[in-house]
Amino acid sequence: MAIELHDVGFTYPDGSRAVSGVSLRVEDGERVAIVGQNGAGKTTTVKLMNGLLKPTEGEVIVDGESTAKRTTAQVARTVGYVFQNPDDQLFAADVRAEIEYLPRYLHWDDAKRETRVARAVELTGIAPHLDINPKDLPAAIRKFVAIAAVLVSECRYVILDEPTAGLDQRGFALLGTLLDRLQGEGIAVVTITHDMRFVVDTFSRVVAMAAGNVIADGPLPAVFCDDHVLNRSRIRRLEVAQVARDLRLGDQAVSIDDVVALIP
Amino acid sequence: MVLAELQDVHFTYAYADTPALKGVTLTLEQGMLHGIVGLNSSGKTTLCGLLRGIVPSFHHGELTGRTTILGRELADWNPDELATTIGCVFDNPFTQISGIRDTVFEEIAFGLENLGVAREDIITRVIQVIEQLGIEALAEKNPNELSGGQRQKVAFASIIAMDSDVIVIDEPTSQLDPEASEAVFEIIAGLKKLGKSIVLVEHKIDLVAEYADTVTVLHEGRVALTGTTREVLTDPRLRSFGVTPPQVTELAERLAASGRPLSRVPVTRAEAVELIGERMREEVGGGYRTA
Ligand SMILES: Nc1ncnc2c1ncn2[C@@H]1O[C@H](COP(=O)(O)OP(=O)(O)OP(=O)(O)O)[C@@H](O)[C@H]1O
Ligand SMILES: [Mg+2]
Repeated sequence: MAIELHDVGFTYPDGSRAVSGVSLRVEDGERVAIVGQNGAGKTTTVKLMNGLLKPTEGEVIVDGESTAKRTTAQVARTVGYVFQNPDDQLFAADVRAEIEYLPRYLHWDDAKRETRVARAVELTGIAPHLDINPKDLPAAIRKFVAIAAVLVSECRYVILDEPTAGLDQRGFALLGTLLDRLQGEGIAVVTITHDMRFVVDTFSRVVAMAAGNVIADGPLPAVFCDDHVLNRSRIRRLEVAQVARDLRLGDQAVSIDDVVALIP
Repeated sequence: MVLAELQDVHFTYAYADTPALKGVTLTLEQGMLHGIVGLNSSGKTTLCGLLRGIVPSFHHGELTGRTTILGRELADWNPDELATTIGCVFDNPFTQISGIRDTVFEEIAFGLENLGVAREDIITRVIQVIEQLGIEALAEKNPNELSGGQRQKVAFASIIAMDSDVIVIDEPTSQLDPEASEAVFEIIAGLKKLGKSIVLVEHKIDLVAEYADTVTVLHEGRVALTGTTREVLTDPRLRSFGVTPPQVTELAERLAASGRPLSRVPVTRAEAVELIGERMREEVGGGYRTA
């Protein structure tokens, strides 16, 4: 079981070429970070993974079946996508209705609905906000509501589009726990983020994108120790790894631990 | 003149049960870059709203205490005049776009048109900020068809185009890649050099450490810490208010914990390089002496 992109290209209706020649594979239960410059095609790539967009070239295969032959709703049952902008996703009058929308739409029985909703609410820490209109919640909490609305489904792959934007220390802790629990349940998680500290602390595989292409895909050093990749994808080493370099302690340090070990 | 002076300010949004600000006393000087940090819901956005007068003129609620902005009490400001005196980027880049302009170029020109600036001047100014932000390729695109980060760049460009003397910015880099985030901070530093005052809410603490003159930590509607950037970011209580210290500060803590303390606690990368470099030379020197 896997999500596979085979030489995928996508052009928006206005003619903008967003991705080209992207090949990528996300295994069942895997955890992958996608990083790269603004406009690199990260959001477009993940929307192609869950069938919100269909490739204009190449093929996207989810668990053996091409997304071209299925509706977005069908693909989304296997691949859940949490929008970069929660306002594009949330529409219900209160948080509870938002999260119960899918279970009701799918006519789950009460017991199943309640179990799934309780799990999603617990994983995202949004219990205090159930009766509130998502529009009245701060952006960071709105994002967790959007995550809960996806986690309630039985998808095997979850895609988070910039869950770290504007997140505070508590939010990071919550997100870290959430990712661990999903991994424990065997659910694959693909996360787009601009927070390199989060990538280094939380992921072991990272995909770097630039100008519509995947330019690196592998363990952390494949991105964070390669100047060419860093420059092209407009990302940075961790601040402390940069300190190590400035001190001529080499350019192989990735994490804070690596740097602590390097200093005599 | 001071930029803003708040004395025991309390504010409760209409329909909210708990106050957003619970006795904030704070002085912000002109001509500086003031960083505001703290957990989500600690009152940062409300504070920005107050400085700009949209709290309480647009976001209604109960306001007590004294707020003076540029020497004039908040109640004596005409809300429109205050809004044009203080440029502002909201914390939600997605809602900052007007949605009624067909191109990025016109979107950035929008605020200037409202100020009644002459068309030739608008064009010069818009071209200038577009170049500053490196978004030339987007100028003719529809603002509703941009990536998240591109939208945020356009929102920021629209504000700096207005050229106001005071700029209040609520998380201008939340959707930006690391290079673009640095570029935004460089632009802000450039504005400060021109004598402008900036109040910046930001979670990216390493950039705050590098660029801000003062830092204020808000916690549960109160000022938990305020002072020079160094004072605040090296304060041992910082973490207890939900703020992570800069990476280099954390590195120094880790080194100290393993018996390798630095002579001072760094908050910026340059300081860290200097202090660790000093230690490494001592190591070599010390080794030589005992040998
Ligand atoms: N609806 C759209 N119509 C036309 N062009 C679009 C649309 N959405 C995105 N684009 C363009 O496609 C390219 C890729 O955008 P995408 O949203 O995939 O980038 P991204 O890597 O997610 O960027 P960010 O980090 O800023 O979110 C960009 O050049 C963008 O301007
Ligand atoms: Mg995106």
